[in-house]
Amino acid sequence: MYYRIETTLKQQYPDPLGGKVQSSVHNDLNLDIPEIRACKVLGLLGNFSEEEARLVATELFCDPIVEDLSFAGDLDYLSHSAEATHAVEVSFLSGVTDNTARSAKESIEYLLNRDLSEHDHVFSSTVYLINANKLNENDFHRICEEILYNSVIEKIEVLTIEDYQQGKRFTPFEAPPEIPTPATKDIAIAQLDKDELVKLSSKMCLALSREEMLAIQEHYQTDITISHREKLGLPLEPTDVELEAIAQTWSEHCKHKIFAANVKYEDESGQVESIQSLFKTMIYEPTAEIMKKRDDISSVFSDNAGAFHFDDNWDICIKAETHNSPSALDPYGGAMTGIVGVNRDVMGTGRGFLPIFNTDVFCFGPPNYDGDLPGMLHHPKRIFRGVHRGVKDGGNESGIPTVNGSISFDDRFIGKPLVFCGTGGIAPRDLHEKPVVEKWINPGDRVVMLGGLIGKDGIHGATFSSEGLSSASPTSAVQIGDPITQKRMTDFLIEARTRNLYNFITDNGAGGLSSSLGEMAEECGGVELDLTNAPLKYPGLAPWEIFLSEAQERMSLAVPPEKLDTFMELAEDMKVIATDLGQFDDTGFLNIFHGGKQVASLCMDFLHNGLPTLELKAKWTPPQNPEASDADLPELCQDLAEKVISRYNICSKEDWVRQYDHEVQGMSVIKPFSGIKHDAPSDAAVIRPDYKTNKGLAISHGLLPRYSDIDTYHMTCNVFDEAIRSIVCVGGDRSSALGLDNFCWPDPVQSSKTPDGTYKMAQLVRANKALRDMALKYNVPCISGKDSMKNDFISEDKKISIPPTLLFTAVGTVPEITKSISMDFKKAGDVIILLGETKDELGASEFYDEIGYLGMNIPQVDTSSALERYDSFFKASQDSLISSAHDLSEGGLLVALAESCFGARMGANITLPKNGLNIIRNLFSESASRILVSVQADKVNEFKAHFEGQSFAILGEVSQEYKLNINESSLNLQGLYTAWRNPIAEI
Amino acid sequence: MNPKVLILTGVGINSNRELAETFELAGATAEQVHISVLEDTPEKALDYQLIAFPGGFSYGDHIASGKILGNLLKFKLGDTLKELASRSVPMIGICNGFQILVKLGLLPQMGGEVIQEASLIQNNSGQYEDRWVNLKVSDEARAKSPWFKDLESLRCPVRHGEGKLVLGSKDDLARLQASGQIALRYTKEGEPTDEYPYNPNGSWDAIAGITDPSGLIFGLMPHPEVAIHGTQLPDWTRLEQVPTHTDCLKLFSNIVNYLK
Repeated sequence: MYYRIETTLKQQYPDPLGGKVQSSVHNDLNLDIPEIRACKVLGLLGNFSEEEARLVATELFCDPIVEDLSFAGDLDYLSHSAEATHAVEVSFLSGVTDNTARSAKESIEYLLNRDLSEHDHVFSSTVYLINANKLNENDFHRICEEILYNSVIEKIEVLTIEDYQQGKRFTPFEAPPEIPTPATKDIAIAQLDKDELVKLSSKMCLALSREEMLAIQEHYQTDITISHREKLGLPLEPTDVELEAIAQTWSEHCKHKIFAANVKYEDESGQVESIQSLFKTMIYEPTAEIMKKRDDISSVFSDNAGAFHFDDNWDICIKAETHNSPSALDPYGGAMTGIVGVNRDVMGTGRGFLPIFNTDVFCFGPPNYDGDLPGMLHHPKRIFRGVHRGVKDGGNESGIPTVNGSISFDDRFIGKPLVFCGTGGIAPRDLHEKPVVEKWINPGDRVVMLGGLIGKDGIHGATFSSEGLSSASPTSAVQIGDPITQKRMTDFLIEARTRNLYNFITDNGAGGLSSSLGEMAEECGGVELDLTNAPLKYPGLAPWEIFLSEAQERMSLAVPPEKLDTFMELAEDMKVIATDLGQFDDTGFLNIFHGGKQVASLCMDFLHNGLPTLELKAKWTPPQNPEASDADLPELCQDLAEKVISRYNICSKEDWVRQYDHEVQGMSVIKPFSGIKHDAPSDAAVIRPDYKTNKGLAISHGLLPRYSDIDTYHMTCNVFDEAIRSIVCVGGDRSSALGLDNFCWPDPVQSSKTPDGTYKMAQLVRANKALRDMALKYNVPCISGKDSMKNDFISEDKKISIPPTLLFTAVGTVPEITKSISMDFKKAGDVIILLGETKDELGASEFYDEIGYLGMNIPQVDTSSALERYDSFFKASQDSLISSAHDLSEGGLLVALAESCFGARMGANITLPKNGLNIIRNLFSESASRILVSVQADKVNEFKAHFEGQSFAILGEVSQEYKLNINESSLNLQGLYTAWRNPIAEI
Repeated sequence: MNPKVLILTGVGINSNRELAETFELAGATAEQVHISVLEDTPEKALDYQLIAFPGGFSYGDHIASGKILGNLLKFKLGDTLKELASRSVPMIGICNGFQILVKLGLLPQMGGEVIQEASLIQNNSGQYEDRWVNLKVSDEARAKSPWFKDLESLRCPVRHGEGKLVLGSKDDLARLQASGQIALRYTKEGEPTDEYPYNPNGSWDAIAGITDPSGLIFGLMPHPEVAIHGTQLPDWTRLEQVPTHTDCLKLFSNIVNYLK
C-alpha cells in the first residue's frame, strides 16, 4: 500500500524554514514575495497496514503540539497559506541519499516492532506553499531553479492551487526500478592506436593521458601478463574492473603526478634547474631534515594524517583536504562529504584517532558578482550558502567543534570554489603496548568493510577531480554524507580499538574500495576479494562500480581471523554494518571475484609502480605591474577606512561562524571570537585537549591567493609566516609548531587547453621552493598535505583558472592555557605597541586592490628578525606581560587597530612612527611578521627589555572614548564597526 | 560512596564525554552507556542514581529534534523509565537531551502523565547558533528543586537550531508558570527577555529550562557542562581574577550532594 503523510506548522506558529527561503528570494533575486510556508512529507510504500501508517503519522512524524497532520496526502494547503497560488514539491532523485527517510525507516522498525523488507520503501520531501501573484513566469522559474532545488540531486513538481482545488495531487513516490546487475565487460585496447586510446580514456572518464594508456596497453601484452591471465581463464584484454581500478589508482588525485614529475625549471635569468619531484625535494626531504632535530613527531606522510606527541600521554594528528569539484556541482553535499571525509582520514590514521576539532577555509566568487555565469555554474552566493550549510551540518552533527577557518573572495573562484576541510584527532600514544601510529597487516587477516551502503554515488570522483570542471562532468560524482551513520561508526571504532579487534584501518575516500584496499594490499603483498556480498543501497551496480563507488561513511580494516566473530558481533550490537569481503595474502596480486566468477587480477607492482613519470616544463617570467606613487594615494578619512574595512576579505564573518558549534567537547580556551561582546575575530584557536592538564593546542592558518599574482614564492612565505605568527599571538610556543600544506592550483601542464602551463608550473615550483626555505628556517616540518591540481572551469569559449592558492595550516602547543592571549584591548591607558617593521609593501594588498592597483612591492618575510621577535614575544607572554596581541594581516595596521578596539568597545590614540612612509603606507601595508600588542603601563619597561635591539614602535594608548585617533585624523569606530560587521551578514 | 550517573551515548549523541567529566568533577561516578546496551538490558539503568541525556544530534535530528530517540526510549525502555520515575531518580536532559525528554513526555508532566505537552521548535532566526547567554534561576525552582540550591544566575552557551520552547496554547503556558516548573529564563541585564540574541530562539516567556513537578527531572537548552572551567568563559582573558570553576559546576555538585 501507498501512504502519503503530510505535516506543517499550525498557522499560529511562524515558519522559520519558509522565512529562510523568503529571505533568499529577496537577497538573491531581488524579489519580494509574501510569506512562504513549508510542509514536510513522508511517503510509505510497501507492506504497511493502514493502522501501521497511522501510527507512523501520529507517533513518529507529527509533532502534536505544533503541527497539523494529514494522513491521506490531503493536507489543506489553503488553510495554512490562504494566499498561496502554487505548491512546489522538492524531492530527491532516485538513488540520492535521503537521510531523513533512512532515519525514519529505522524508527518505523522500532515503532512497528518488526523489520522492514527491501520491498518496503520510505521517502521524504518538502512542499513549499508560495504566493506567485506578483511574479512573472520567469521569476517563478528562477525561484525554483536557483533557490528551491538543485537538479543534480533533486527534482520538483509544481501544482497550482486551482489544480489542487480540482483534486489534483502530487505524483506518488515510486519504488526504484529493479535493475539487473550488469556483467563485467572486457575492454578491447590491444588493437587501438594512440588517438583511439585517448578517445577511450575520455569516453570512459578515466582521465588517463596517452602515455599512461600506452603503458597499460603494453602491460597487457607482456608474456608474464598473458600467461598469468591464461592460467586464471581471464580474457587477455583488461576487464572494466581492472581498467577502472588502474585509472583510479593512477589519477592525479591519488598519485599526485604533478608533484612527482621531473621538472625543468627556468628562472628569469635563463638558468635551468632539473627537479626530480617537487614533493620529494621540497617537502619530504626538508621534513626529514627537520625531524632529525625534533623528537615530537610520530608519523609523517606515510599515513592518512601526520601525527605528533602532544604530551606524555597523547598523540595528536592533523589533516586537511579539499572538496572543490563536488562543491561546485552540489555545494551542500560536496562540502559535507568534504568535512566528514577528512574526519575519516583522522579515524583511519594509525590504529584510529578520535576527531577533536575541525577547521574550514573557503574561497568563493564575490557575493555581489553580477558578471556572466557560464553554463552549469551556480552563483557564488548559492555556493557560499550551500557549502557553509554542508560543513556546518557535517561538523555539528558529528559533534566536532569547528575552531578555526576563514572565507576568502576573488572573482576567479566563480569557476571553482575552494573548500578546504581540516580535522585534528587525539589518541593515547601507546595502545596495547604499541605506538598508536603503528598498524600492520598479516597475510590471512580478513578484509572488513565498515559503515554505509554502496551506491552509485561518487563514482569517478577521483578521476573527475583530476580534470577541469565542465558541463560533461559526471553528476554521479556528487555524494551526500550522513554524519550520523559516521558518528555511529566512530563510537564503534573506539570500542573496537579499545578491545584490540583489528590490526589496520584506513578510510574509503576517493576511489572507494579500489583505493583503500589497493593501498592496504601493498602492506602485505596482495588481497583476494569477493564483492558478491558487498552491501548495496540498491541493486544494479556493476562490479567495477562497487569497487570504485565513493559512497560515504565507509572504512576498510584488517581483522585477524580469530577476532572476526567478536568484531562482527560488536558491530551488530552497535548497529554498524560490517562486511567480510575477503582475505589479505602475499600473492602479489589483487584478485577480485563477483557472483562466483573472477573479474580482475591486477599485478600490484604494475598498479603501484607502472605509472610513467611526467616530464614538465616551467619557465618563470616575473610579471610587471605599476606601483602607486604617494601622489596616487588618497588621504586617510572615515570613508576610505570604511571602504577598506568593509571589503569581503576583511569584514566580519561572525554570522556564518556562529552557526558552527565551536564548543562541543568542552575544550575551547580561545574561541573564534574574543572581546567584551564576543564579536572580535581571534587570530588562532586554543583548545585544551585533556582537561586534567593545563596544556593547550593552538590552531591557525595562512591564506593569501592574490599574492600569487605577483610571486608565489612570497605568497608562500607570507602564508607560512602568518600561520606561525598567529600561534605566537595566542601564547603558543613556535618551537613546537607543525604545518600542513594544501595546494590548490590551476592546471600547470602545458597543452592547447593550457597555453600558459609553463608559467603556472613555474608558480608551483616557486611556491615549493619557498615552502622548503621556510620550513628549514622556522624548523617547522610539513607533517601532512594534499594537492588539488586542476582547478579550472572550462566551457566552449571560456576558461576560468583560480589564482594559485596555498593553505598553510599550523598547530603548536600552548604550555599553560591560563597564559593564552586574546586580541581585544583590555583597559584604557594600556600602551599600544607595534612589533616589527612596516615597509613600503602595498603590493597585492587589500588596499591596493581597493584603489585598483596590484603593484610589485609584495611583502617579504625577514625570517631571522621574525623568529627573534616571536621568541621574545613568547618569553614576554610567559611572564604575563601582554594584555592583548593581534596579528597584522589583510588590511594591515588600521584593520588590526580597529578590531582590537571593537573587542573592547574602547578607542585608541595613535601616533604613527616616523619611518619615512606616508600615513597610508603605514596603515595599509601588509608587511609580514608584525604583531599589535597592548601592555599595561606599569609593565612597559619590562616588556621592552624583552625586545631590546629589535624593531618595534610605541604607537599610543587605549582610550575610553570609542574613537580611533591617528595622528591628526579621527575615525568614528561605531561607523567602522557597522561597515565591518554587515557586508556579508546576510547573503 | 559517589553516586553513579548514567550518561547515555550513541546514535548521534555527542556531548557525552564533557558531561561525564563534569559529573566526575562534581563528585559523581559517571559511566557512559551506549543505547544499544540499554536496548538489550533496559534494567541496567536501574543501577544508577541519576540518568543524564546529553546533547547532540540523535538520529541527525531527522524528522524533528529528539523525536526518533525519544520514540525509541518510549517504545523500548518505557517500563524502565516509569520505574526510575517511581524511584524518584533525578534526570537531566541538555539540549538534544532536553528535546528528547520533552518529545518523550517526561517534561514537563504538568498533567502528571508521560505524554508530550510542549515542544522545542526551530529558532526564530531559522538557524543553528553557538552563542553565550545569561540565565536567571527562578525563585520557585530554587525553592523546590535540588538542582538550583543557592544559584541565582548562570552563564553558558546555547548551541542549537531547534530550541524555541512552545506549548499548545497560552493557557498551557499559564499552567506551567503557575506550577513553578519554569527553572531558567534567558535574560538581558538580569531580566527575562524576548529580545534576540539575548533570547536566542524566541522561546515563550524566555524559557531556557524547565523541571517536572517534583523538580528532580530537569531539562534545558543551554550547555552548562562546557561552562565549568574559568578558561571556558568567552571573555576570561578580560577578567582580573579568572575563577578556577564557575557557577555552572554548582548545578552538578548540587544534585550530586543531594544524592550523597
